[in-house]
Amino acid sequence: MNILVCVKQVPDTTQVKIDPVTNTLIREGVPAIVNTYDAFALEAAARLKDKDPDTKIVVMSMGPANAVNALKDCLAIAADRAYLISGREFGGSDTLATSYILSNAVKKIEETEGKFDAIFCGKQAIDGDTAQVGPELAEHLGLPQVTCALEITEADDAHLEVLKEGTDANMLISIGLPCLLTFTKPSFEPRFPSLKRKMMAMRAQIPTIAFSDLPGIDAGKIGLNGSPTRVKRSFVPERKKNGMIISGGTAAENAAKLSELLSDAKVI
Amino acid sequence: METKTKDLWVFIETNEDGSAKNVGIELLNPGKDLAREQGGELVAVVIGHNTTEAVKAAAAHDADKVIVVDGTEYESFTTDAYTNAMYHLVTKYGPTTLIIGATQNGRDFGPRLSCRLKTGLTADCTGLSINEETGDIAWTRPAFGGNLMATILCSDTRPQIGTVRPGVFKKGAETAPHAEIINEEYHVDESDIRTKLLKVIKDAAEEAVDLEGADIVVSGGRGVGSAENFEKVIKPLASVLGGTVGASREAVDAGWISHAHQVGQTGKTVAPKLYIACGISGAIQHLAGMSGSDVIVAINKDPDAPIFSVADYGIVGDLFEVVPLLTAEIKKLKG
Repeated sequence: MNILVCVKQVPDTTQVKIDPVTNTLIREGVPAIVNTYDAFALEAAARLKDKDPDTKIVVMSMGPANAVNALKDCLAIAADRAYLISGREFGGSDTLATSYILSNAVKKIEETEGKFDAIFCGKQAIDGDTAQVGPELAEHLGLPQVTCALEITEADDAHLEVLKEGTDANMLISIGLPCLLTFTKPSFEPRFPSLKRKMMAMRAQIPTIAFSDLPGIDAGKIGLNGSPTRVKRSFVPERKKNGMIISGGTAAENAAKLSELLSDAKVI
Repeated sequence: METKTKDLWVFIETNEDGSAKNVGIELLNPGKDLAREQGGELVAVVIGHNTTEAVKAAAAHDADKVIVVDGTEYESFTTDAYTNAMYHLVTKYGPTTLIIGATQNGRDFGPRLSCRLKTGLTADCTGLSINEETGDIAWTRPAFGGNLMATILCSDTRPQIGTVRPGVFKKGAETAPHAEIINEEYHVDESDIRTKLLKVIKDAAEEAVDLEGADIVVSGGRGVGSAENFEKVIKPLASVLGGTVGASREAVDAGWISHAHQVGQTGKTVAPKLYIACGISGAIQHLAGMSGSDVIVAINKDPDAPIFSVADYGIVGDLFEVVPLLTAEIKKLKG
């Protein structure tokens, strides 16, 4: 099976802090990582390869030049080949423009790697949190989709059986190939890279696909100008600061006071 | 796409029994005012099977029109059937705005629809208003794990589409229905539905966890310390309140409770009337999943825990002491 995994390099939002004086995000010094959900997608591909060693895993990422680091992480973990999609023409793209660029890049990469049987994405990126690029990429490519996949339970030449996370129950879904899946957090942890693979990844030459490598792309549909949505303003949300700390009494008195306050506020 | 009307549409997602999910009815409430401000009508769009109840609910919540697509192929959700049906309706009627509940299904077919329509979609909004300068909908949403809010406009393409988080808006009061009901015959061929639901898997060991729909959530974090303590300390408080048990990522990763209970960025987003965080420090990812709750209570022994910064009421203390006492107090209160 020929699998493409789409990854994004993101700031580790678990390490983002708010400047208490200016009330803005402190982005400096925040490490860049492979988006958490994309790592789940890569793990799903790696598990298919565990079962069928003929499986080929290609990763692609759109981003600045240093996004090769995310791609090298993927090579170290499980990927066989990697492609960076990079160019200033792509900057400022919203999800529709991004997915359009990615769909063109997929076709370009398929010239070298052959047709992909499946495209795996993370459910969403932890910086943008839109969960839109996967389904939009599927739409551009005319592929069926399953979102919020937990794991692939069966695979043959024509189908995948996918365990999908549901709101109140999980679902087992059959989908024909080729298809696109987006992955959420499974019950298992993604694997770590081996030292040998790490060394190999460090030396890997990663080809870059630039705007000029995509002759069929419509320049009017990419970047800020090709994006239907615009960020009008961004701001740090106000957190409540006037909360009441109940103290001074014994634990029993404090608990009684809290129960009384909640009752007065009519929340219980 | 060309707009034919100034109407604002709200998608009414249905349950498998054909009744309306809460979020669609909730969204009719802000939708009514936004539709008026845009100079159009409020239209509810119901897709499902045996949808009588859903249509009735939409009509009783101020919809001027209800467009209904009913068929067996819509009984359980599929990306293809729902995308095709909504695409058909939007291109036929040309609304200026479409609001979809940010449920798992809404966020599954919303991007496919907007991509097919070549228009903008704003994900998982928590605020809706009209931009004074342009008259467009101003979609406000959290990003960066809830650290940053962004207000987004879609000015040049129509319809402008957004998914809106359940529980952010409250249902309006029921009014005398005045809606025109339009039954739209649209069917999707079986061969065009490219996924097949083989099985619904309910975890037999545990009842369904409806965190998103819960009015009260009692969550435990690292401080709870074990699966046994979840049973002994957290669950009794949740059950005396008629609430649902939630958990932080740390508690889930430690294996004390299943991922279905996880609140936060890699779990569920909740906005209950009351959220009680026990032994949860309040990492940004957790706050992103619960800071929209009406009333937040924090119980933690670390007075500097970030959870206190979003809490309405806090007790600094040992949860093993405080929580059972609180459970007893509430039991007493409820008689």
